[in-house]
Amino acid sequence: MNYIEHIGKYFIMLKQVFKKPQKWSVFKEMLFREVEDLGLKSLGIITFISFFVGGVVAIQTALNVDSPFIPKYLIGFATKRSMILEFAPTFMSIILAGKVGSYISSSIGTMRVTEQIDALDVMGINSLNYLVLPKIIAALFFYPLLILLAMFLGIVGGYFAGVLTALFFSEDYIYGIQLDFNPYFVKYAVIKTLVFAFVIATIPSYHGYYVKGGSLEVGRASTQAVVWTSVVIILLNYFLTQMLLG
Amino acid sequence: MIEVKNLYKEFDGTPVLKGISTTFEKGKTSMIIGQSGSGKTVFLKCLLGLHKHEKGSIIFDGRDYEDLKDKEHRQLRQEMGMVFQGGALYDSLTIEENVMFPLKMFTNNSFEDMLERVNTVLKRVNLENVNSKFPAELSGGMQKRVAIARAIVMNPKYLFCDEPNSGLDPNTATVIDNLIQEITKEYQMITIINSHDMNSVMEIGEKIVFLKNGVKAWEGTNKEIFKTENEAIVDFVYSSNLFKKVREVYLNETK
Repeated sequence: MNYIEHIGKYFIMLKQVFKKPQKWSVFKEMLFREVEDLGLKSLGIITFISFFVGGVVAIQTALNVDSPFIPKYLIGFATKRSMILEFAPTFMSIILAGKVGSYISSSIGTMRVTEQIDALDVMGINSLNYLVLPKIIAALFFYPLLILLAMFLGIVGGYFAGVLTALFFSEDYIYGIQLDFNPYFVKYAVIKTLVFAFVIATIPSYHGYYVKGGSLEVGRASTQAVVWTSVVIILLNYFLTQMLLG
Repeated sequence: MIEVKNLYKEFDGTPVLKGISTTFEKGKTSMIIGQSGSGKTVFLKCLLGLHKHEKGSIIFDGRDYEDLKDKEHRQLRQEMGMVFQGGALYDSLTIEENVMFPLKMFTNNSFEDMLERVNTVLKRVNLENVNSKFPAELSGGMQKRVAIARAIVMNPKYLFCDEPNSGLDPNTATVIDNLIQEITKEYQMITIINSHDMNSVMEIGEKIVFLKNGVKAWEGTNKEIFKTENEAIVDFVYSSNLFKKVREVYLNETK
């Protein structure tokens, strides 16, 4: 199957996904389950990575800013900008594409090869709507919160990394992160995250839903899902940056 | 009654079902048999509406599947129960949640009423005290029984089973066979079983449809299968010495 066919099939899938849920109470139940599986269970990894990425960004900036003419508060400023503009929304989305994307494609793929999806279809349930829509809503709702948390923790991580290693003073860093704060950048990051959340929920669902074969194919679909989700995120990141900041 | 008329299905230009016609009656256990690749599973999936057929028609109690509107389709599907080869139970749900799932999806009953119905059908398939267990904690035979319980929880008119005995020991297979036959009579369903297991065919096959290379090569009852001279079915059913002997004994006894 060529790329155009895959893209067409993906949009046909979305048409089925965006239909009214057959039973709201069941949909609500699924939604809460997905918020837990896709969102809450990613809190740990996001907290851990963002804290240390923030630390690394601050240390690297500090080590590269050794000129006496460059004020030390720029370390805090650069860390804040890097975390808000790029590291939190894009880097964390790539991490989520790996963690959540493989989970989504393998769980749906396993349901496909063990005929659980056929069982839904036989009952007259729109399996795409039942399985994928709660994932999309959960991701759209929860990932912006995760990314905002990642921004905050990254900046905090930068503070601790610099202050504990005495690379800069606490006052300089705090002054730097308050300097020239532009709320639009947070808005930009949230918009990017919403788009990436949609991609993270739908591309792996597509790969899982249409898998054919057995466990080996489910594994392959999972790998493909992560690769394509990451590729699409990187491409969309470029276009969104051009559109929103360019 | 389910009437199948001249059913034709192909994949990428290769015909898999070549004009099959037959009927399935209420309160009877019908079996589809045939070698691997004969089109049994495709036939069953066409009946279930999981595969769209190119020609012919499938009529469920006067309702032609092709002529139904979306709402009527959904209604018809709610009248179907399906027992999949591997059970197809939802791994993340408990047994109670698995069996309750169709009720939750299609009825507005209270939780207590749904639970009562779940317990009734679980008891009917001889399973008790398993409500809070997960499918992975049950044996293959128990999983099949849960799958049967889920299939009958909505009181279906039509029950479809794909290889319900695969992977089960002979004793458990017999239990499952008898259970399917009992509930077919009890609920007056039209039951269609896709099977390789000749023991099941001889035991509960009140109507047998034999497929070969996508065509109906023979049809009859489990009594008639002993007497038939149809070469295709004789080659298939009596390929083992055990069944040859069983046939000889049967024919001698009924002379």
